[in-house]
Amino acid sequence: MNSSIVISQSDGRPMYLQIMEQIKQKVAVGEWAPGEEIPSIRMMSVALRVSVITVKRAYLELEREGVIFTQHGKGSIVAKDPGLGPRLYDQEFEEHMEQVVRIGSLLGLSEQQIAFRLTETAIRLNEAQQNDAVSSDEDLAKETL
Amino acid sequence: MTDLAVQFTGVTKQYKHFTLQNVNLELATGSIMGFVGANGAGKSTTIRILMGLIHQDSGAVKVLGHDMPADQAAAKRDIGFVSEDMRLYGPATVAWHMEFIRSIYPQWDKLYAEDLLRRFDIKKEQKVKGLSHGQRVKAALLLALARRPRLLVLDEPTTGLDPVARREVLAELTAVLADENRTILFSSHNTLDVEQISDQITFIDRGSIIDSANKEIFLDGWRRLRLMLPPNTPLPQLPGVVEVGGSNRLPVLTISHFDPAMVAACQQAGASVQAVDPMTLEEIFVVNVQNRREKAIA
Repeated sequence: MNSSIVISQSDGRPMYLQIMEQIKQKVAVGEWAPGEEIPSIRMMSVALRVSVITVKRAYLELEREGVIFTQHGKGSIVAKDPGLGPRLYDQEFEEHMEQVVRIGSLLGLSEQQIAFRLTETAIRLNEAQQNDAVSSDEDLAKETL
Repeated sequence: MTDLAVQFTGVTKQYKHFTLQNVNLELATGSIMGFVGANGAGKSTTIRILMGLIHQDSGAVKVLGHDMPADQAAAKRDIGFVSEDMRLYGPATVAWHMEFIRSIYPQWDKLYAEDLLRRFDIKKEQKVKGLSHGQRVKAALLLALARRPRLLVLDEPTTGLDPVARREVLAELTAVLADENRTILFSSHNTLDVEQISDQITFIDRGSIIDSANKEIFLDGWRRLRLMLPPNTPLPQLPGVVEVGGSNRLPVLTISHFDPAMVAACQQAGASVQAVDPMTLEEIFVVNVQNRREKAIA
C-alpha cells in the first residue's frame, strides 16, 4: 500500500527527513488528497520497517508545518489546505540563501559584505529589468515615429 | 505514568575480570530498544540477568512487572528469548520443535507460525542439523514469535544473516510492534539495524551504560562541525566536544550534545562554520568507544 516511500541508507539525511520529504511530494502531486486519511504512525512504521519514534517525529514535524493534521484517537489526515506550493519555494529559497552565505564565507566575506553583495545583485537585476522596459518603450517610440 | 516492560535499578554483577556496574535501564511497553556495545562490553551479561539466567549481586530487576530472578517462572511465560548460542535439537525436525513449544505455551498461534514458515522460507519437515546458519536463526525466531510473547529479548538476532534474511527478520520485528502492548529488546553490533528499527538506543561499554535515550534525541545530539579559522586564532571552546580532528586552520569537532547556539558561538569566536553534519550511529559508536578507551589509558 504505502510502502511506495523509500528510505535510503546511503542518503546522508536522517530517516525522518526522508519520510517527510516523500510525504510532502505525495501531497504536492495530489496522490494524497487534502482531507484524506493517511496511515497511522504504527502502520507506517511496519510498512517502512523503521521505528515508531522516527515516523512519529516525521508526522509531528509535518503537522507543525501544516501539511497534515492529527486528531487524537482518530489518526492523521492531509490538511485541507496544505499550501505546499509557496512553502516548497520558501524552503528552496532558504537552501539557496544558506548556500550563498556558505560560499561567501569561503571567499572570506563578512556578514555585512555578503548582505551588501546581495543588495547589489538585487539592485542590478532590478535596473536591468527597468532598462529592458525603458528600451522597449524607446523601441516603441521609434517605431511610432 | 508510563508502563515499563523492563526496569533495571542499580544492577551490579562482579566477575573476576569483568564488572557490570550500576546498570539503570528503562524500556517502555510498545517500543523497541537497541542495545549497542563492543564485544565484551556487557550486553550478554545484562540480557542474561534480565532473563534470570544469572543473578545480579545487587540491584533490582523488574520484567513485565515481575521481580527477577525471584519471579522468573511467571515472567518467562510472556518472554520470547533468542540468543546466538541457543541450540535446537539437531536430529529433530522444525515441525517437532513447533509442536514441542506449542505443548508448553497455550498462546501458540498456529496460523502465524505457518505464515512465518512461508515468509522465512523454511520447510518444517527439515531436520535442524540440515539447516543453514541463517535458517536456524530464523527457525529459533519463529519459535519465539509464534508464542506472541509480550516481550521479545533477542541477543544478536541479525548476526551472520545474509541481506535478504536480515530484511525478513527486521520486517518481522517491526511488524510485532504494530501491537502497542508488545515490546522488543535486542542487542546488536550491526548499527544500521539498530538505527533503522529502534525507538530507544542504549550504549554499553566496559560494563557501564554510557547513554540510554530516545533515538531521535540521541542522533540529534551528535554533530560534526567543520570550521575554518583565521590564522593564529585559537579553537573556540565549546562544551561537549568529544574529539578534535582536521588541521589547525580547518578543524573538525565532534560534539555529543549539540545545540544550534554553538554555531553562533563559533562565529563570535572568529571561526566560520563550513558545515554541521549529522552522524550515523556507527560513527557515533566508534568515536564514543575510542574516546573512552583513550581516556582510560591516559
